[in-house]
Amino acid sequence: MGTTADRGLADTILQNEAELLPEWVRQQLESVSTRRDLMRDEELKEQSSQFLKRFTRALKSGAPDDVMAEAWGETRALLEQISTSRARQGFRPSETAMFVFSLRQPLFDLLRRESTNDPERLTNDLIKMTSMLDKLGLFTIEVYQKGREEVIARQQQEMLELSTPVVQLWDGILALPLIGTLDSARTQTVMENLLEKIVETGSEVAILDITGVPTVDTLVAQHLMKAVAAARLMGAECIISGIRPQIAQTIVHLGVDLADVTTKASMADAIKHALQRNELMIVSTQKA
Amino acid sequence: MERIPILKMGDCLLVTIQVDMHDRLAMTLQEDLTTRVVETRARGVLIDISALDIVDSFIGRMLGYIAAMARVLDAKTVLVGMQPSVAITLVELGLELPGVNTALNVERGMEMIRGAIGTPSRNGKVRPRA
Repeated sequence: MGTTADRGLADTILQNEAELLPEWVRQQLESVSTRRDLMRDEELKEQSSQFLKRFTRALKSGAPDDVMAEAWGETRALLEQISTSRARQGFRPSETAMFVFSLRQPLFDLLRRESTNDPERLTNDLIKMTSMLDKLGLFTIEVYQKGREEVIARQQQEMLELSTPVVQLWDGILALPLIGTLDSARTQTVMENLLEKIVETGSEVAILDITGVPTVDTLVAQHLMKAVAAARLMGAECIISGIRPQIAQTIVHLGVDLADVTTKASMADAIKHALQRNELMIVSTQKA
Repeated sequence: MERIPILKMGDCLLVTIQVDMHDRLAMTLQEDLTTRVVETRARGVLIDISALDIVDSFIGRMLGYIAAMARVLDAKTVLVGMQPSVAITLVELGLELPGVNTALNVERGMEMIRGAIGTPSRNGKVRPRA
């Protein structure tokens, strides 16, 4: 249970909520850090009023020093919700944290008015409030950070998936245009996508086109060979195409052994080879 | 004791692995298959591992060995239906099973064996493969 002083504090806030809330909202709206372009005033008002309610309730019931305690659960939940939604809306961290920090000014004004005759109590209350609001503010920033990190992780994942499309060229022929540097994480995704697609479409030939891969070093070559070997184990043949002259030179100079793999200079040659392998051919409709 | 059944179809042997492979089972399969190949004078062996979704280095190596043994006994051996996850695991383990023939599914594998041993498949096509 909270001490008498804490409950007194909560009561003071509750009794003066009618003037504290509009004052706080007004300050938030006036401050440059409020993004009125991203958020409606009513929404801010609603959030502020909700926060005050939960804040006083927590103050009344529990340990005021430990904002991670159970009594502060619903206050934290509200802050989490506000913080995450602001992170997604594109608020800056300081703009998000100001929600809590801006309460300080109106609250201190109120406390000063209330305890003019009791300087000691005023000091105690101020210290307590400062430490509490700081903790809540830091908590807000932490959650905001987490929200942003989730956004970044999701984007990374999407980029990985976007950059490795597997295209079905013909019945039984897949093409995989690789663009950008191949690292182990990407090779893993490429390999998984390719193998899944091989099973799905029952394709026996896959063309790995490396026209868009800027450099091929031993590591990249090794990654490519892994994908080729895995496809072979499943019963599909891989053709590596799009080998530029410089890359051919580098591969040989590095001593990479591509003897077991069919390699073609261009995608067109690879397609021709794949069609031949599947006993297909392209004929001109023009009668000679 | 648990055993993996080996079915005879014409001059081919069909092995379908439907249970989790463990070390003892793999040893038994190696024993049984070599015996059966000699007994039946099979010309082709088809090993279907489409139901196998976990392999370790031992099972991976055993698969390679079994295929190689059948090859030594002059039976065209094809490993069919490997799961993507199994393929990735084997490659990461460095077991690329060189010299083992592979196919996407039983049908393609059968075609491959028939192409190699010269019996035409039902649609009359003979597709010799490298």
